[in-house]
Amino acid sequence: MDFDFTPEEEAFRAEVQAFIQAHIPKSGTAEEIQAWQKAVREKRWVGFSWPEEVGGGGGGIAQQVILKDEMAKARAPALGSCFMGLAWVGPALTEYGTDEQKQTFIPDILDGKVQWCTGYSEPDSGSDLASLKCKCVRDGDTYIVNGQKIWTSIAMWSQWIILLVRTSGDGSKHDGITCLLVPMDSEGITVRPIKNMSGGAVFAEVFFDDVRVPVENRLGEEGQGWKVTVSALAHERSSIAEVQGLQRSLAELKDLARSCKKNGRSAAEDPGIRGRIARADARIEAMRLNGMRYLTAQLRGEKLGSETSVNKLHRAELEVEIGELALEIQGSRGPLAKGADEVPADGKWQRMALSWPEVVIGGGTPNIQRNIIAERILGLPKDL
Amino acid sequence: MNFGFTDEQEFLRSEVRKLLDEKAPLDDVRRVSEAESGPGYDTDLWKEIAELGWTGLVIPEAHGGAGLGWVDLVVVLEETGRSLFPAPLVATTLAADAIVRTGSETQRARFLPGLADGSVIGTVALAEEEDTPGEAGIQLSAQRSGEGVVLSGEKLFVQNAAAADIFVVAFRREGELALAVVEKAQDGVSAEDWPGIDLTKRLGRLRLENVEVAAEAILEGGDSAAVGMLFDVGATAIAAEAIGAAEAALALTTAYAKERIQFGRAIGTFQGVKHPLAEMYVDVESFKSLTYYAAWCIDEGHADRSLAASRAKAYASEAIPRIGIDTVQLHGGIGYTWEYDAHLFLKRAKWVRPFFGDADHHYERVAALGGL
Repeated sequence: MDFDFTPEEEAFRAEVQAFIQAHIPKSGTAEEIQAWQKAVREKRWVGFSWPEEVGGGGGGIAQQVILKDEMAKARAPALGSCFMGLAWVGPALTEYGTDEQKQTFIPDILDGKVQWCTGYSEPDSGSDLASLKCKCVRDGDTYIVNGQKIWTSIAMWSQWIILLVRTSGDGSKHDGITCLLVPMDSEGITVRPIKNMSGGAVFAEVFFDDVRVPVENRLGEEGQGWKVTVSALAHERSSIAEVQGLQRSLAELKDLARSCKKNGRSAAEDPGIRGRIARADARIEAMRLNGMRYLTAQLRGEKLGSETSVNKLHRAELEVEIGELALEIQGSRGPLAKGADEVPADGKWQRMALSWPEVVIGGGTPNIQRNIIAERILGLPKDL
Repeated sequence: MNFGFTDEQEFLRSEVRKLLDEKAPLDDVRRVSEAESGPGYDTDLWKEIAELGWTGLVIPEAHGGAGLGWVDLVVVLEETGRSLFPAPLVATTLAADAIVRTGSETQRARFLPGLADGSVIGTVALAEEEDTPGEAGIQLSAQRSGEGVVLSGEKLFVQNAAAADIFVVAFRREGELALAVVEKAQDGVSAEDWPGIDLTKRLGRLRLENVEVAAEAILEGGDSAAVGMLFDVGATAIAAEAIGAAEAALALTTAYAKERIQFGRAIGTFQGVKHPLAEMYVDVESFKSLTYYAAWCIDEGHADRSLAASRAKAYASEAIPRIGIDTVQLHGGIGYTWEYDAHLFLKRAKWVRPFFGDADHHYERVAALGGL
């Protein structure tokens, strides 16, 4: 057991730190952020773990952790402005794309030029994603798509969608699913943002009305879309980076407790509040260390399974709990909102307390994560 | 960066597991721990595990031990926890660890070989009437007597008090914390075990009546920092055994959920059964990670040590009662019967929760050490 990095890895850390020092945007202007993006891209630190032949960095897991760690510590802007593309689409293209598809799509993802969204969930197919119905029939060299997607994150700002459709109703429900890459400006696509309880909109509904997609925009074989998706999901399951955000929230929560009064004294002195903050602290640290254990298994060549659901559950609990704690610490100021005279931090915590569903429900609700653990790790029989 | 065990540690685990499976199945654990007379453990098996080096794991080779570290010890304790193995192993190891860290070379040479070869049972005597964990709970005050001291008072919640031959006793000398080795054979020393819920874990009282403690028995480095260290390693040891016990409880309950048919199907298909089992898994995996890190910090002398130990014990202490209760509850009526094993894990959970500080104590410590 050893938590120290090798001298080579520490040298890489020093390189990253020096790079950040030299290039991180200072005032946050659009030009600065673009220059930052370009510099990071030139370093091949966007798509750091992707193979070099598609333009990635070909980096190892330990270095990837160091890179993410240092970027988060420096509060650097996100690597690439194309989160969905980096998290899901690129890895799926790398594994299943034709040479032409790789050449067409991957450079734009790495350059942050093109925003992608993921068309998976439907009104009746959320947790049970494989039951999706979005209809797709082939007409010569074209697929014609009819149906609806929902809870599609950032659809309103995306140029492309990676879309799961049903090309066959025969056989197992997993078999008739096909994956298509579709421009969002295709004729017949309508996007309707879903206003959420915080007042903003991240998700949208996407409607498809006789949308024509060329056959060469299919990713993987017809009917193999499920496999493509599962593979992309596996790439997404690296939980190291999320801990940094939670650690930052916890530090800010402590500051908040010091600055608010509760029962006539600083909230930071309230035993109940102290206990709950410490409980969150222990869980965040458990997440960090769980992540280290999974990483070690990966470094040893073991395939990462469903263990990451453990940290997904912690994260869901913490996103809710930190938001709740922040509002409780504020007492009667807790229910106020941005714009109110008395609201602390311009309502930042209130927004947090209302935005947890994006994290908690997205990618599978906590109860779905519990089912995954029970069935895939503990080997309990499938739900009926 | 490597958060995993070495091949040697995995080998150690499998050897410990093999012996416990063979020599300490739960039927034997029950027979030995339920016996009305006797020390509550199998003395022949104690000799055997001592010969295999378990009792001297963290004792340097020069004093008859294996010279290994706390990460290695955690491997052994996970397995003894899994078996609910009744033996004064944690008690003896903590006494040995205290002497290794704080004894002079003479003191080490005097006490460690016996602890390493299993011929001497050791324990630590820290808590008192107030049952306050940590240094603040130690109020026993020594009277000066020449170069040595005289101790009068009681130490409570002493692990394996009746079986112990030597006690590492914490006390105050002119207000300052100190540690000394008190021997059972000394005048004025008496110890007894109390009846307890968890029959595999004996606890009791040490009585000290005008006990003369010679200067040579006062541990050279036994100061406030050493006592703090003792609480950290103690909390880590208890959490390590809790990992094994919780995993065993989870395995027992999972197996039952797969077999038990109700409403025409295995109860493990119901989310009301599945989800608590999944939660058990999440909790065990998590306090496992925290405990491994605490053990690593102990070995490395890392600045995170106290924080890491408190996070581990806080999480374990909070999770373990729920795990014990769910283990019994998910079994239904059978889980409540004496003959079935489920209750053994619930009882262990009740023992683990308060020992070396409960969740509230350690969360408060996490808050304080975290700058709040």
